[in-house]
Amino acid sequence: MAVAHAQAAILGLTVVEADPDADAHALAQLGAWCLRRYAPLVALDLPDGLWIEVAGSAHLFQGEEGLIEDLLSHLARRALRARAVVADTPGAAWAVARYAPRERVVAPGCQVAAVAGLPLRALRLPRETVAGLTQLGIERVDQLADKPRAPLRLRFGPEPSLRLDQAFGHAPEPLAYLDLPDAALARLAFAEPISTPETLARVTERLLVELCAELERRGLGARRLDLVFRRVDGASRGLRVATARPNRTVRHLMQLFAERLALVDPGFGIDEALLCATRVEWFDAAQAGLGVLAGEPAEADLAELVDRLGARLGPGRVYRLDPVASTLPERSVRRVGPLAAAAEAGWPADLPRPARLLHPPEPVAVTALAPDHPPALFVWGSRRLRVARADGPERMHGEWWVSDADSGLVRDYYRVESTAGDRFWLFRDAPAAEGGRWWLHGVGEA
Amino acid sequence: MPDAADGRDDRLAGMRRQLDDLACKNIVRQRTLPFGLSALDASLPAGGLRCGGVHEVGEVGPSAEYAALSALFAAAVLARLHGPVLWCLRGRDLFAPALVGVGLAPGRVVFAETRSDAEVLPAIEEGLHTRGLCAVVGEVARLGLTASRRLQLAAERSGALVIVVRRHRTVAGREAADDEPNAALTRWRVSPQPGAGPPLSGLPRARWLVELTRARGADTPLSWILDAPDATGRLRLPADLADRSLAPPQRRPRARVG
Repeated sequence: MAVAHAQAAILGLTVVEADPDADAHALAQLGAWCLRRYAPLVALDLPDGLWIEVAGSAHLFQGEEGLIEDLLSHLARRALRARAVVADTPGAAWAVARYAPRERVVAPGCQVAAVAGLPLRALRLPRETVAGLTQLGIERVDQLADKPRAPLRLRFGPEPSLRLDQAFGHAPEPLAYLDLPDAALARLAFAEPISTPETLARVTERLLVELCAELERRGLGARRLDLVFRRVDGASRGLRVATARPNRTVRHLMQLFAERLALVDPGFGIDEALLCATRVEWFDAAQAGLGVLAGEPAEADLAELVDRLGARLGPGRVYRLDPVASTLPERSVRRVGPLAAAAEAGWPADLPRPARLLHPPEPVAVTALAPDHPPALFVWGSRRLRVARADGPERMHGEWWVSDADSGLVRDYYRVESTAGDRFWLFRDAPAAEGGRWWLHGVGEA
Repeated sequence: MPDAADGRDDRLAGMRRQLDDLACKNIVRQRTLPFGLSALDASLPAGGLRCGGVHEVGEVGPSAEYAALSALFAAAVLARLHGPVLWCLRGRDLFAPALVGVGLAPGRVVFAETRSDAEVLPAIEEGLHTRGLCAVVGEVARLGLTASRRLQLAAERSGALVIVVRRHRTVAGREAADDEPNAALTRWRVSPQPGAGPPLSGLPRARWLVELTRARGADTPLSWILDAPDATGRLRLPADLADRSLAPPQRRPRARVG
């Protein structure tokens, strides 16, 4: 449709000249942002796509679903409408993102099934090829896959079978990955491909030595490092590690990579390795040793411990607990980063609290002398416990400002001691007159 | 022949010292952390818990699978040390406000949560390879001989106190694991005791039966009835027992030699 036709059809139509160069530039900027935020390997797919190799970094976002969620919500905040799909091959991800956008994550090995029902355009074929195939009655990907290859190749050239193989994962698809502008990086190329784990470790260490020297010259410390191995067959494998504090100690960073190097599949060999510090911060060289003598904790070591445990156990599993001003016990604790400053206010030391909090609370059957009395006996699972002494009630109200369900919430807590001396923390979820039920919320107390 | 016996004891003690020196040639001199209770400290060969060693705490009682008292016992020991602490655990049910009650500030503790029991011991060892930690706590079901030796060596090198809180998921598992030998310097067992005083009169500090089931170089088992740790992490003799002349620690027949 010509512009004149469109303007005639719609009154007050705004016309903007297409500017492919500016679009490409903006896409490259978006790619650089993804490179910093999500993964070491990002490639442009002009005019309107990005490929992100998430294999080595999805764990930083609690898995692939979490990464997509994060990516889409960030793009939505910048008023960018996008669709994202995780799949085993770039071709399958491209096809599913554009033609079956409801799917977010194509399960590993399922790309053939995911792509099979899509129209031919999903294979990134030229328009004439698609038209020609449609004339032959081939409209969907699975129909093309069923056809013998040789006649197709004679008539349409190698492209249809190649795209098919790339989408299914039978043929590799080399992508031109972006480099982060002016990031500190170290690169090693090999005359002979390498593949043994020991060699990979040695190469990583050499790259680290080089990179850390570079970081030291710039006065920086790495917060995040990307290690990329380019394989002989054109594919790339990336690893990403993060640190809690800026760091440029070769030994420490090497330990972080050592945990994960086994995940790298070298295929037929690796002919180039590249290490890049994608997130850096100013590094204040601390004078270690003096504080330790004065009895202060050695904090730098704590940061390294946190990194090592984080690499071993996964994200979010190393933490500190911080007090929250809340009336309900299960909300009075919050996880914070392991190096976060300790909170000023704390929990009161004079309120006895159980050492273990059962979440959710377990129902118990309670017998009391009178409806409003503390329990005299309670049955917890298969255990029947006679109460020798009790203290209470301590009344706790729900937080009406949190949710509607909270506004009517009243709990009467009792600390009880069984005849054997065990301490428990029981509560009734409503006054006895309103038929409150009993729950066991905590075990053990000093 | 009292003289001859004395001389032999002296020579034996000297040889023990030499052996210790040989074994600990490259090791930092270890500090000890006394309990501040003469009854306990006198029965421990080092006069307290040796830093740079593995100590084990178990629990018996109807809610022993929660290991609540052992966790408090460990926290009370840490409360009397200075510096950051690593606490490796599997579940999420440790309730931090209770730690404040025995004197352990939550800001000092870094928690490492593992998916399985098998990951706890490596996490403890990782902590022992870090300078600057004063103690490491780990909650596990079993502590075998090899694993405990490895931890003990790492602890001697680092000088940090290691407390292994034994937390069993089943009663059968506890009984099997209790007999298992390990290289912990001391093995403790904490169990609840009914408190004194008239019934339904409020709840004072809990009373525990603290048993030292094994200790290297000490005559065990021994047991004491003590008040649970206060807000400074100190165990106390119960007030109604402390005023009396102290009875000798109860000797219990050794259940099994192993």
